[in-house]
Amino acid sequence: MEGNSLNLAVGNSERNAARERELILAVQAGQRELFYELVRPYERRVYAAALAILRNEQDAEDASQEAMLKALAKIQQFRAEARFSTWLIQITVNEALMRRRRERTVIMEGIDDHRENDSGYAPRDFADWREIPSEALERKEVRQHLARALASLDPKYREVFVLRDMEHLNIQETAEALGISIASVKTRLLRARLMLRDLLAAGWQQGWFSRLPFEKGTKPW
Amino acid sequence: MVDQKMSNCEQVWREISNYIDGEIEPGLRAEMAEHFKTCPRCASVLAGTRNVVKLYGDERMLEVPAGFSIRLEKRIERGLASNFRAKRQWWSNWSAWLIPAAALLLIAGGIWLANPSGFRNPLKSQQAEPAKGIPPDLKVVVSDGEKLFHVPGCKFIKDPNSERTMTAAEAAREGYVPCPRCLRQYLKTGLITPYGHASDQDDEAEEEQEQPIVGAAVH
Repeated sequence: MEGNSLNLAVGNSERNAARERELILAVQAGQRELFYELVRPYERRVYAAALAILRNEQDAEDASQEAMLKALAKIQQFRAEARFSTWLIQITVNEALMRRRRERTVIMEGIDDHRENDSGYAPRDFADWREIPSEALERKEVRQHLARALASLDPKYREVFVLRDMEHLNIQETAEALGISIASVKTRLLRARLMLRDLLAAGWQQGWFSRLPFEKGTKPW
Repeated sequence: MVDQKMSNCEQVWREISNYIDGEIEPGLRAEMAEHFKTCPRCASVLAGTRNVVKLYGDERMLEVPAGFSIRLEKRIERGLASNFRAKRQWWSNWSAWLIPAAALLLIAGGIWLANPSGFRNPLKSQQAEPAKGIPPDLKVVVSDGEKLFHVPGCKFIKDPNSERTMTAAEAAREGYVPCPRCLRQYLKTGLITPYGHASDQDDEAEEEQEQPIVGAAVH
C-alpha cells in the first residue's frame, strides 16, 4: 500500500517536472501568458525568502511581485541545467537585498555583520523532549509561534536558515544567493538552528504545543 | 574530567548541524552517534535541532497573506499588458513618424527635380551672386581657400598648387562665384585669355569687393 502511494508521488513529481519544462520552453518562445502558471507553485517560497530578508509583510509582497516580473523579463537567460525554483529564489533574494540596502536601517545591520562573531553557540535548554509531530502545524497558533521565533532571529541567521531549511537550497546555492562564503553559511545555519531549538524548548514550557494528541494522559517527558 | 566531557559536547554541538545534514565524514559520524547514546544533554540538542529542521522545513510554514496569489497574478497580468503596450507604442510612434517623413522626402524630391539648382552649396561669398552668363561647360579652375572660380591661367588664383579644373556649372554648384576680373573679361570679349598682365596689378583690391557679374544664369 505504502509502495503504491510512493510510486504515485514519484509519478506526480515527474509529471510536474515535465510540465514545468514545457511551460519554461513555451514562455521562452513567447507565450508569456503562461508565466503565472509556471511560477504559481513557488509563490509561497518566493514570499518566504523576501520576508526573511525584509521582515515586513507589505515590503515582502512588493518584492515578491517585482521579483516575479524580473524573472519574466529575464526568462530567456534561464538555462535548463539549473533548477527553476532556485533561479527564482535567487532573483527574489537579490531583489529583497537591494530593497533592504536602500533603507537607512540597513547601515546599522551592515555594521553588525562586520562585527559578527561566529564562535560556537552553546545550547541553553537540555530538557528531555521528544519529537514534535508535524501534525502540530495544522494549528495556526503553532505556526504563528514558530514564525515569531524565526522573526526574532538576527537577520543574518534568519536569512541563511530560511534559504537552507525552508527553501531547501543547498549550502552552495545559499552562499551564492546571499553572497557569503560556504563556511559562513554553515556557521550561521548551526547557530540559527540551535537558537530556534532553544526557543522551541522554551515554547514547550509556555504551552505552544499543548493540546497535541500525544499529550493526552501523561507528559511526554 | 568534567572539563573533558564539556569539551567533547562542545565539539558535538559544533558539528550537530552537519551531522543532521549528513555532511560529515563517516568516522566522525560514528563517534558522534556513540556520544549521543551516552550523553542526554547532546541527545536533547540533537532531538530539538531535528524538530526545528523538520517543522520549519514543512510546506505549511510557507504562509502568504490573504489574497496574495490573486494580487500577484494581477500584477503579472499588468506587467504583461504594459510590456505589450510599450511594444505597440514603440511601433505606433515609429509608424506615426514614418508617414510624414516619407511625405517630406517626396516633396523634397519633387522640388529637387523641378529645380536642382535649389540644392546647390551655399555661396562661398556673402557678397557674391550666383554665376550668370557663363557657359555651364566652360572649363574653369578653383583653388583651396578662395571663393572664386577663374579662367585657367588667371593671375588671381590664390593657390595654384591646389588648383582643380571643373566646369563652370560644377563650380557654381559648389558655391564658387566667378572671378570679377578674368570672367568679366571673358564676358566682354568672348575670349578665354589669362587675366593678369602688368596693368592689372592694381586690381588686386577689387577681389575683396567681389562685384557681381550680371547676365544670364549658368545654364
